[in-house]
Amino acid sequence: MKFLRDTLDKAKHNFEKGGKYYKYYYLFEALDTFNYSPNTVTPPTGAQVRDAVDLKRLMMTVVIAMIPCLAFGIYNVGYQHALATGQQMAMGDMVVTGLIKVLPIVIVAYAAGGLVEAAFAVFRKHPINEGYLVTGMLIPLVMPPDVPLWQVAVASIFAVVIAKEAFGGTGMNILNVALTARAFLYFAYPLQISGEVWTYLPEGAQTVAGYSGATPLAIAAQASTDGESVIQALNSFGSGWANDIYGFSNMFFGFMPGSIGETSTLMCLIGALILVVTGVGSWKIIFSVFAGAYGMASFLNLVAVNEFMAMPAHYHLVIGGLAFGAVFMATDPVTAVQTEAGKWVYGLLIGILTVLIRVFNPAYPEGIMLAILFMNVMAPLIDYVVVNANKKRRLRRATI
Amino acid sequence: MGKFIRLKKGFDINLAGKASPKIATIEQPETFAVKPTDFHGIYMPKVVVKEGDSVKAGSVLFHDKKHDEIVFTSPVSGEVVEVKRGEKRKLLEVRVLADKSIEYVQFNKYSISDIANLKREQAQEQLLKSGVWVNIIQRPFGIVASPSEKPKSIFVSGFDSSPLAPDYSILFKGQEQYFQAGIEILKKFGGPIHVNVHSEREIAPVFSQVKGAELNKFSGPHPSGCVGVQIHHIDPINKGDIVWTISPFGVIQIGKLFLNGIYDASKVIAVAGSEVKEPQYYSTYTGVSIKKFLTNNLKQDHVRVISGNVLTGTKIDQEGYVGFFDQLVTVIPEGDYFEFLGWIKPTVNKLSYQRAFGLLSFLTPKKEFVLDSNSRGEPRAFVQTGVFEKVTPIDVLPTYLLKAIIAEDYDEMEALGIYEVIEEDLALCEFVDVSKHNIQSILREGIDLISNS
Repeated sequence: MKFLRDTLDKAKHNFEKGGKYYKYYYLFEALDTFNYSPNTVTPPTGAQVRDAVDLKRLMMTVVIAMIPCLAFGIYNVGYQHALATGQQMAMGDMVVTGLIKVLPIVIVAYAAGGLVEAAFAVFRKHPINEGYLVTGMLIPLVMPPDVPLWQVAVASIFAVVIAKEAFGGTGMNILNVALTARAFLYFAYPLQISGEVWTYLPEGAQTVAGYSGATPLAIAAQASTDGESVIQALNSFGSGWANDIYGFSNMFFGFMPGSIGETSTLMCLIGALILVVTGVGSWKIIFSVFAGAYGMASFLNLVAVNEFMAMPAHYHLVIGGLAFGAVFMATDPVTAVQTEAGKWVYGLLIGILTVLIRVFNPAYPEGIMLAILFMNVMAPLIDYVVVNANKKRRLRRATI
Repeated sequence: MGKFIRLKKGFDINLAGKASPKIATIEQPETFAVKPTDFHGIYMPKVVVKEGDSVKAGSVLFHDKKHDEIVFTSPVSGEVVEVKRGEKRKLLEVRVLADKSIEYVQFNKYSISDIANLKREQAQEQLLKSGVWVNIIQRPFGIVASPSEKPKSIFVSGFDSSPLAPDYSILFKGQEQYFQAGIEILKKFGGPIHVNVHSEREIAPVFSQVKGAELNKFSGPHPSGCVGVQIHHIDPINKGDIVWTISPFGVIQIGKLFLNGIYDASKVIAVAGSEVKEPQYYSTYTGVSIKKFLTNNLKQDHVRVISGNVLTGTKIDQEGYVGFFDQLVTVIPEGDYFEFLGWIKPTVNKLSYQRAFGLLSFLTPKKEFVLDSNSRGEPRAFVQTGVFEKVTPIDVLPTYLLKAIIAEDYDEMEALGIYEVIEEDLALCEFVDVSKHNIQSILREGIDLISNS
């Protein structure tokens, strides 16, 4: 490893002030610091020793927490493909099919967003932010498996430029970057990101008799319009080619069509466990999103006037992207609230809004995306109230 | 009866190289120095001695240009050998070559019963003239107390919770009567006096026997020993309030000034840290040159010598001088090395309050760690939330306060509680910060801004 260090040290002067590649200093710095943690020391006054954690490690912890979702997602893409086409596939084949579909999306998301990140680092002269390690993984996981690669690229670039760099980079952004990418696709290409995209079906592929690619949320909305019981509609769906695909436990484990990484509530919960044990994600937010959604859904059950409102509350926790959003999107520390008391309010409102959007606005069945983006915007307001309470306590003490 | 305050938030940094509980005898070092940089709120110190002058212990070396009465005096008798200045002729230190036996400037001497009848003005005059006054620190801002202000209360922290903290029962052994006399003097300046001890540690006799002061008990990890945290829970500082803080050493020095009539700078210091061969205590004087304590006593050469503890201390040369308020010198390895994949490699040997992937130190809470001065990453924008609050056992929101300071928003700084904190109170935030901000420097910038506004 001495060789690598020597090469980096030798090249370094070219990138430093006065060197011929000074413009690209931050690219070099990123390369250097991803290979070696830097040799900088603490200043002569103040804390002379520092905690071993840094932002790179923090971000990698989130990426690691997403690996169960990614791995299951790859398998599930192959599995759904097999179900829809009626092929008998071995587990290995399903994984290979999934890899062929998912890996390009991951690579495109990292490459497109990463290039923008690097370009901004050069032009705006700021370090390359590790935040993209997480964003670049989140984007593929919220994409439908059949999404065209160019859309992944366009969405990633749009999200990094508009949602992040326009505000000054990691730490300054208001909206969750990955969700902005998803929302961009949702509104810019509504046809391509709804309907039959949730299962990988190559052009001209034969589907089994009775096949439909409808997602649970769409079925629930449809059932409600038709005045049928949502549970019955879900249970009878897929009969013949995928019996019980939308049964509660099947949905909890995630063997259903949907975005690549968000179908399995179980995998999201494993990710949540990693985030909470490492202290990287706020358990308050995760817990209160689930609590808010469950509470709101239970309330709707009580006052139900249509079939969607009457859908049992626990179904809301396993369908759509609620679990994934609660664990990986709502906990983004930059766009979430920053005060501890505020985290409860923030999470609860995300859960409540998600269910409200799902039930009362079937035009946008995926409520969690819009709920989190909306609460991202509202987060400073919640913080404002909490911080003001702190100031008031101080003032009141002074006047006693 | 004092209060009992249970603190939960905070973090004890457990370092290798604790001083063993014995006071070693060693030939006294030759030079001593007084550094104006150890004090805040001093406007341009004016030196009144020249190189070559001979001084006694208690002779004035320099004074505050704005407040002539605040003087800084020599800890020992001898010859002024160097007046060291830095950029823009800023005074860095005044060095004194010590005599073999110390001669003292004679101040008024009082018996215990005289002290009771002493007037505040007389006490103040003697404190100022002798240079003992600068032990008294004024909150807000942590500056040398202004003689014209009256404190609403006076705080003495009777324990040190910082890493490798020296044991107060060793530092102040046998000083009971001086501590008591110091408390009697301080009582003349008003306000109740609070002496705070830790409920789970042995209480040093100097504190347990004290009369005329409230003895409060605290529990919990560092920063429970920081006097700012203690003030917040007992008698918080509001806008316009003045609170004094003083170290136990300062109280004892006041006692000696009045009982013996001399400026007695003798103190016990601990020399500790993972790179010290024999970490132990030494009896010496304020501002001592550290050189003799480190010669043949270091495990290796590439070290960082810190006057004070690793959280709030100041880096000094291997031939540098111990700071005015410090009774601890810590020696740790210098951390100027690259580490291959150091940002992701799992490790059990690096201490972390956080538990992000691969940081396993939380599995061994009793382990003594060897920490070096590596900054462990690069500076970044504020990203993580909620961690500062977990190591700050006071009702202040550190991130918001720091952002207000960076934005130079005076009203926000005031509303968010800048009057209640100084560097040491938020030192742990600097340690745990994933974005590697120099939080203590930022805080001091804010304090300077608001105290000059």
